[in-house]
Amino acid sequence: MSAAVSATAKPAIAHGLRLQWEPAQEAHVLLYPEGMVKLNGSAAAILSRCDGIRTLTDIVADLERSYGVAGLSDEVAAFITLAVAKCWLEIRS
Amino acid sequence: MNARIEAPSSAARPGPPLWLLLELTYRCPLHCVFCYNPTDFANTGQELGTDDWIRVLREARSLGAVQLGLSGGEPLAREDLEPIVAQAHTLGFYINLITSGIGMTEARIKALKYAGLDHIQLSFQDSTRELNDFLSSTRTFELKSQVAALIRKYDYPMVLNVVLHRLNIDHVGEILEMAERIGAQYVELANTQYYGWAWLNRDRLLPSREQLRRAEQTLQRFRARVGEKIKVFFVVPDYFETRPKACMNGLGSVFLTITPDGTALPCHAARMLPGLTFPNVREASVQAIWYDSQGFNHFRGDGWMKEPCRSCPEKTRDFGGCRCQAYLLTGDAANADPVCDLSPHHHLVTEAVERAAHSGAGSARKPNEKVLLFRDHRSSIPVTTLQPD
Ligand code: SF4
Ligand code: SF4
Repeated sequence: MSAAVSATAKPAIAHGLRLQWEPAQEAHVLLYPEGMVKLNGSAAAILSRCDGIRTLTDIVADLERSYGVAGLSDEVAAFITLAVAKCWLEIRS
Repeated sequence: MNARIEAPSSAARPGPPLWLLLELTYRCPLHCVFCYNPTDFANTGQELGTDDWIRVLREARSLGAVQLGLSGGEPLAREDLEPIVAQAHTLGFYINLITSGIGMTEARIKALKYAGLDHIQLSFQDSTRELNDFLSSTRTFELKSQVAALIRKYDYPMVLNVVLHRLNIDHVGEILEMAERIGAQYVELANTQYYGWAWLNRDRLLPSREQLRRAEQTLQRFRARVGEKIKVFFVVPDYFETRPKACMNGLGSVFLTITPDGTALPCHAARMLPGLTFPNVREASVQAIWYDSQGFNHFRGDGWMKEPCRSCPEKTRDFGGCRCQAYLLTGDAANADPVCDLSPHHHLVTEAVERAAHSGAGSARKPNEKVLLFRDHRSSIPVTTLQPD
């Protein structure tokens, strides 16, 4: 398993994958060669902020602001670590 | 095709056709033993034109189709591939091109990138000939590696697809090394599905248990060495299982294929199933085809099932297995897939595996192409003359 993602890491949707909203499924999906995953709301909220420009810290701050909650950092870091391990995200420096 | 799509299972109202596969043409420069194309392809009608394909794309997309496969035959044989890709991209499809690489040039791969193609699967179909050439570094290897280099240069994710069977499964190690050398990110080692052409050659193609075990060991060593850099999918032939595969969540659940002449099928092999009528996109809308046609509704839900599936608690998991396999082996498409050891016909599968084990299979045996039926117009025969065992 890969190590936890650092606070200054800049995650981005992995090369060749695409995140998009699908009205027919009423969900965001992540598309990859010959397959896709249907995302739940929080996964979509996190992944749609992974643009390779914002750091993990920025993403957490933005999510906390948007949803009016605090203390999301562990949860977000855990999801991003998982998404990197699944090759959905890659880390840009 | 391995559709790795997770979709909710529902018997009542079918979901959208998430996976759309357009077989753009039957034309193909290769003659494959393992070709999924129907054995009577010489009789098939005229190919759809560009406008028809684009209408199909638009209609399917509005229903919710999102993964698009473009295959054939060899899809590069269609000169309008680029405009078809461009239209699909504008509509929001994720576009997979499934090609042998024959006909790919730098100009075309560049134009396809510009049009919005997302991914290229480089396939080896004719494994006894093409793959052997590839492995012995002759012309085919040159062609594939040139195409692979172009795929990398134009920054596409690359899947290498090799159909495995008795005559090549002992080369899994070499195949993986080649995949590494040409820079593939994913490798699909799919074992032959025994319908279409492979069905006619089944007894020559089914690997032995021992061969399978060795291939799995080779694969483990490769995974340990290479790690996440190359993902390898290995699909064991279901003849060696005791439960059937789930057939893409059941026929008519996520998968829609359109053949070159416009016939809509719930699976690329379904044309062999008797009693089903499959509509043509020249005559009906994709919506009417998907939701209202007999061919697509017949095997939805579980009303069609017979025992032992009907009262089986596992029916929501595997949907009774493959309809085509049930038909080919038992003569009735509504029977349980005989891969299931609860099926009264399971012995047909174990006997075939037995025969494979005792027919001197293995690397020692030289592939004898004469005993295999290759796909060409001369040997193309109407599939209706085939009788199940
Ligand atoms: S009896 Fe039918 S439903 Fe039950 S496990 Fe076997 S194939 Fe599946
Ligand atoms: S019916 Fe059989 S051949 Fe057709 S999609 Fe299902 S498993 Fe594959």
